[in-house]
This record gives sequence, structure tokens and C-alpha cells, in this order.
Amino acid sequence: MAEHSYTSRQEMDQYAFHTAVTLLVPLGSILLQAVLPKTFPVLAIFDLPLIVVIFFAVARRNPVAGTVTGTLVGVFQDGLTNHPFGVNGIAKGIVGYAAASIGFAVDVENIINRIALNFIFSLLQSGLLYLIARLLLGDPTVKLMPLHELLRAVCNAALSVPVFYALDRFKSRE
Amino acid sequence: MESFLSRFKNSLVLITIVLVQAIGLAIQVQRPKEDAKTLGTDGQHTTLLRYWTVSLVTPFEKVIHWSSFDVWKVWSGYVGLRHAHQQNEQLELEIARLRQEQAAFAEDAAQGRRLQALLAFKQQYISQTVAAQVIGTSGVDSSRMLYLDKGSADGLKPDQAVITPDGVVGKLRDVFPHTAQLLLLNDATSGAGVVLESTRIRGILRGTANGRVQINNLTADSRIKPGEKVITSGGDQVFPRGLPVGVIESVAPDPQHQPYMAITIHTDANLSRLEEVLVITGTQATLPAAAEQDAALADAAAEENKRAADVIAEKLPSIGESGATGSTGSSGETGSTENSIRGVPGIPNSGLPKTVPVVHPDKYSPGAAPPAENLQPGGASAPQ
Repeated sequence: MAEHSYTSRQEMDQYAFHTAVTLLVPLGSILLQAVLPKTFPVLAIFDLPLIVVIFFAVARRNPVAGTVTGTLVGVFQDGLTNHPFGVNGIAKGIVGYAAASIGFAVDVENIINRIALNFIFSLLQSGLLYLIARLLLGDPTVKLMPLHELLRAVCNAALSVPVFYALDRFKSRE
Repeated sequence: MESFLSRFKNSLVLITIVLVQAIGLAIQVQRPKEDAKTLGTDGQHTTLLRYWTVSLVTPFEKVIHWSSFDVWKVWSGYVGLRHAHQQNEQLELEIARLRQEQAAFAEDAAQGRRLQALLAFKQQYISQTVAAQVIGTSGVDSSRMLYLDKGSADGLKPDQAVITPDGVVGKLRDVFPHTAQLLLLNDATSGAGVVLESTRIRGILRGTANGRVQINNLTADSRIKPGEKVITSGGDQVFPRGLPVGVIESVAPDPQHQPYMAITIHTDANLSRLEEVLVITGTQATLPAAAEQDAALADAAAEENKRAADVIAEKLPSIGESGATGSTGSSGETGSTENSIRGVPGIPNSGLPKTVPVVHPDKYSPGAAPPAENLQPGGASAPQ
């Protein structure tokens, strides 16, 4: 049985969160994402729940926890749309898994790495949503808009810096 | 076996979760087709799950909406009243202008209604609406859906049309006790039967993936031009006939659906900035009492205007009178009332008054030129 020393990379960088934070932060992000575009339609390009999923996944460094968090947030988002349940659930679940897996190899405290991670995972989610709509739902009207998705990835990467900084305050050692 | 499970635990969990959701997607896509008539858009279990999700979020949305609404009400009620007097004067002028227009249209409208009655045409008039506030969005920009603060407790039902004073905005999707989902016209799953106002060409309007509104079931037609107004046709049984939708923005061949055209519509209502909407909860075959009263008032105003015009025409010295008392003209039809326009003799069937007889005739005077059959090549065209 493998034992972690106090100084092992995994143990050093694994964080836990209070139950209230685990529940309220994703819920709050979904709520903000639903309310803000009503007053400021341009904000619809952001995906605050995605940034929260990536944050929890890279902070916990647990692929199972990342998958479950991503899936639950995605399914909750689906509940507010006219899409079938599972569209965002699958996409965010895979993103959560990938973010937690990459968190082992990358220093996620570095601001450049954080921006790069959010940019890449935003593009990954766009690609997954397109594939789900075309292949699983068989919707031929869905089109991939590369420029729009690139802009979304840039916006999410930019927003992730202050969001990660704010959420860092809720981290605690396991 | 145990070592395999522990080694690939993470991947197995991911695969299981994705697989379960993929199966769930397949069930949901199939089920609405079977249950469409009884359950609406979703299946029974899906509706329940959606209801729970919406119930959890909408109370917070309502709190946020009403708190921001109160702040705005204070601002607009006190601070924003600086130009109210000027605006009031402008609006009064606008009302006066619209009254005149209404009187002019009243006669045409009455004639239209008489013709519809003769043809037994079943027109649907909006008889009842419920005003609702937009409290939130779906939060996903590929799903163009809004949440309203009214629900089934206020008389809302799925598939009811939603409008603003500017035009059509969409229809209700799922309706919960105190909340309802408004599916906007520009959502990819949305649609409406429309007709082009001047050419009367019918089409089906659909939302696109990039949030635009298009008619893409019409083939190329030279009569379809940008700038033409688009109104609802009433054929979809959701939107009453004649509601404004928008104007044609562009007409281009649809590369994916040849030989059809992609006719892009600019909607009259600003779909990205909706605050208050009206849900049409009732329609009827006759004009509502209030509209009937307005129509009667407009009829009376039109009749009054007509009488006033007749009185003025009688009192003013008219060119017809001088023609009748003076020269009778070559045709001798001056005294005839058959072609007169409000007592003024005119050119038959042209709607134009007759010309005044000239005092000093020359070769350019009307009637001075001899008939064409009497003209000779090289001869004089008129008496010198």
C-alpha cells in the first residue's frame, strides 16, 4: 500500500472545502449565470459554472470528485434550459475529470497555467457540446462557430483569474 | 479483479457516469414524441426533475429581480422625471396624430370586417392577456429561453403566445405554478407561421443556432425584398393572425438547403432586452368590447371628418361652379353629376377635376389641337 509522505506533491496540493462552500458556490455561479445576462446580454458569453467546476477539480485533484462535481453542475444547468438532461452534464463531467487529472502535472497556483487551463477546457467543452448535439441528439441544425467559441474561451480565461483568486480563500488543507 | 477496479477506478467512474447520461439522453429524445400530446415537451419524469431545478433557482431570481426593480422604481419615480413635461407634450402631439390616423383607417377596417363576415372568415382577436416580468434566463447561450414571474396559478398554459407592444417574442414552454419558461423566437427549436405583409407569401419562421430568425422554406422569388414587413399568419394555432414579427433584413440562397432561400428577419421586439411581456391567454372570434368601442369612436370621428370636408367643399368657391356657369365646353358634359367629385365636375373615371376654361386660347391650350386624323404631314398643328 502506497503511503504519502507529508511532502508528497499530491498531499501538498490537495485541498478540501467546507460543505457549505461545496454546495453554495456552484449554486451561486448557476444563479448568477442565469440572472446577469437578463440585464447585460453580453455576459451570456461567459460560463461561470464551468470556471467553478475547473477550480474545484484542480483544487481537489481527485478525478472522481471532479467528474461528479462537473456532472451535477451540468445537469443542474440543463434543468434551466430547453435541452434534455445530460447535454451539459456529460460535457462538464468530462471537463471535471480532465481538469482533476491535469492538476497533478501542472502547477495550478501559477496564473499563466490557470489562464491556459481555462482557455483549453472552455474550448474542450464547446467541442463536446457540439459532438453531443450532432452525434447523440442527431441535431443537424447545430453549427460550430469557431470564432465565437474562441472568443468565449478567451473571456472565460480572463474571468477565471479573479474567480480563482476569490475562491482560493475558501481552500483548506485536508 | 480488485486490482483492476482500483487501478482504473477513476476512468470507470467517468465512463459509467457518461454512459448513464447518454442512455438518459436517448430515453428523453424518444419519450417526448410518444407523450407529446399528453405531457407537452418533456416526459413525466423529466418534467418533475426540471420542476425541482426551476423551483430551487426561481425564488432567488425573483428576489434579485424585485430588489433591483425597487431600486429602479425609486430612480425612475424621482430622479428620472426631469424631462417628463417635454415627453408629455410630445406624447400628446403623438396621440393627436394617431387619432387622425385611426379615423382614416376606421372605414377600411369596418369594410374589412364586413367582407370577413361575408366570407365567414374566422378571425381571432386577442381578448385576454396577462402581463409578466422577465426574472431570469436559462444561463446557457445556446438555449434562448427566459423565465417569467407568472405561472399556471395566473392562468398561463404551455404554447400560449407571448408578445410585447413592438411585436411577437415567443411562446410558453413549460409552465410551473408560479413560473413559466418563455421560448424566444430566435431559439433553434422555435418556429412560427408568418406571412409577408405586401406580397402575402406564407412561410415558416425558425430560430437559428447563432440566435438569428430566418424563413428558410421559400424558394427564390423576385418579389421578396429586404425591408418588407413580416406578420404572423395564424396558421400555427399559437400566434393570432396579423401580429407584427419584424422586417426582412437580407435575402440570400441557403447553401445547405438548395433551392431554398435564407430570409433573415430583424425582429421588431428586441429579444435580448426583454423586461415586461404580455402572454395571450384568450382569443375570440369577435372584436373585444373595448376594441369595439374604440372602433365605434373611430367610425364616428371618420364620419365627422367626412361631413366637415363636405361642408368646406360646399362653402368654398369651386372651380366646378365657374365651369358650369361659364363655357359649357366642347363635350357638353359639364352639367353631368355622374363624374363629379364632391360636386366638382371632373374627368371621367380619373378622379381629377376638370381644367378651367382658358381666357386667351393659343396653340398650347387644351382642345386647341385638331384631332390626329385631321393632321397633315408638314401642315400646321393648330390654328395660328
